[in-house]
Amino acid sequence: MKNTLLIAGKEIKSYFASPIAYLLMAAFGLIFGYTFYVFGVRPFMRMGLQAQMMGQQQPMSVNDMIIRPMLGFAGTITLFLVPMVTMRLIAEEKRTGTIELLLTSPIRDNEIIIGKWLGAMFLYLCILGMSMLDIAFLFLWGKPDVQPVLVAYLGLILQGGCLLAIGEFISTTTKNQIIAGGVTFFFCLLLYLLNGSTEFDSGWLAQVGSYLSIMSHLENFSKGLLSSKDVIFYFSMTFFALFLTSRAMESLRWRA
Amino acid sequence: MPGASFARPGFAQNGNQTTRFRPGHLNMIKVEGLTKRYARTVAVDNISFEVEKGQIVGFLGPNGAGKTTTMRILTCFLPPTAGKASVAGFDVQEHPMEVKRRIGYLPETPPLYPEMDVSGYLDFAGQLKGISSADIKKKVDEVVGRCALGDVRYKLIGKLSKGYRQRVGIAQAIIHNPPVLILDEPTSGLDPKQIIEIRDLLHELAGEHTIILSTHILSEVEHSCERVIIISGGKVVATDSVANLTNRLRGSEAVAVEIESAGPNPSAAEAQQRLEQVQGVSRVVAKEPKDGRLRFEIESLQGRQIRAELARTVVNAGWNLSELSSVGLSLEEIFLQLTASEKKTLPDKTPEPTPEGSEK
Repeated sequence: MKNTLLIAGKEIKSYFASPIAYLLMAAFGLIFGYTFYVFGVRPFMRMGLQAQMMGQQQPMSVNDMIIRPMLGFAGTITLFLVPMVTMRLIAEEKRTGTIELLLTSPIRDNEIIIGKWLGAMFLYLCILGMSMLDIAFLFLWGKPDVQPVLVAYLGLILQGGCLLAIGEFISTTTKNQIIAGGVTFFFCLLLYLLNGSTEFDSGWLAQVGSYLSIMSHLENFSKGLLSSKDVIFYFSMTFFALFLTSRAMESLRWRA
Repeated sequence: MPGASFARPGFAQNGNQTTRFRPGHLNMIKVEGLTKRYARTVAVDNISFEVEKGQIVGFLGPNGAGKTTTMRILTCFLPPTAGKASVAGFDVQEHPMEVKRRIGYLPETPPLYPEMDVSGYLDFAGQLKGISSADIKKKVDEVVGRCALGDVRYKLIGKLSKGYRQRVGIAQAIIHNPPVLILDEPTSGLDPKQIIEIRDLLHELAGEHTIILSTHILSEVEHSCERVIIISGGKVVATDSVANLTNRLRGSEAVAVEIESAGPNPSAAEAQQRLEQVQGVSRVVAKEPKDGRLRFEIESLQGRQIRAELARTVVNAGWNLSELSSVGLSLEEIFLQLTASEKKTLPDKTPEPTPEGSEK
């Protein structure tokens, strides 16, 4: 446990010692802020005004109209950011040879893997935290329900953990960061697109595809629905990816 | 070759640094029939050796000989294909954690994080090696002093010169005071002053630590090590003390003689003839005369002392002996002989490990 936290702390320090952490946080903050205003708040206000002019009552809830689509969209933005968080995790250590320090120290492979994953998770939370700035305004001037917001964030965190684990696995298999980033992005996109597989097809293959899709599970969370099925999906995907990482680390020794 | 300028004539062998016999802990490192095969190449081929506690052992061989691979097996970075290796009595495959706790390892490229500062890095490395957070501050102070890193303590590692980086690498290896140190080319890329500093540091560490250092710089071995293991093509071709090795391989003595003519100049041919008649001489090679002095290099028969007899012969002939000195076969030549003969005797079996295969 101590070693895991040691590794996690080192990862976090590395992220924040380089521009990458600030860059990713700024990029996410800007994109989320922009979409939040242009596709969330502005149409909401216009509809409110129209309703007022027509003399109708204002039926819209902030939760349904803004928070739900926006946090769903945040999940999509993170697909692009996760590869940039994970690509260096182990590929960099392999390239510079610092992996030799880790693997010849009295510390278990799993401690390295989970420590690094936790470090990446911390940065991911910081990135995600940028969206809270915008959401906070809704709480300042409105009264949205808190619970669905929390569930949606939980969904984003679980999805992030899963994608970060996949990214870490891919980073273990290469010493080239660009390859690690590219392949991770490919898988993120694939898991995202699989969502559409049941659109015109309901065969078993399409069902499996849809089940594996990251997005189909996130949808429930952003609706505020917390179902054990989705939580188990994310947990098992994360665990599986971390397990693959530990296998890849093992084979690193044998092939080296 | 940065170390070459410091090669002293003869072989530095300090009497107090020969074997330290401690029963019970006789072999800190024990390697038996170790083999490491990569897909197509054999990097290390059935090697065996032992290192006693407190010794400094030089691991010598050309690039791609299997030095790094052997060290990586000893540090549990790579598993062996066959054979056994143990450090402080713990097998590297069965008890890797115990082994890792007892070694300090400096890989070929020091494993440094450029974005960290020196003290932050040592803090991290020390804790990684199991130093508790209560002790870490003291240990970092200690090792910073020992490796003379005080000036750069709060500098980013990425901004340090090569020499400092190497020292940070060594600091990382010794911070937890391990009984065994494994150093892969500790002096590569350093300037002569830094090399001497590292050597002094190694001598200081030698008493309590067992040290294996690899190098392809021969003067390095002559200066730092008590024993040398020469490895070539994945095989151990010789292992002995530095002095014994030179003696054993030399077998015969080589003497350089310079004769100054007094009065009648002895012709080169005449002098050579006389010298060849001295008992025990196997061969006389005439060299270019210099400043009117005749110069010869004379080799003795196996195990014969010829210097006294040579001196007498020259003086009796009425010539002036201006120089008579023993020319040792340098470790460099021995090394070339050993590694070359290895290739000659085993032309088929000699693997040619690619740089990617064995050293990376």
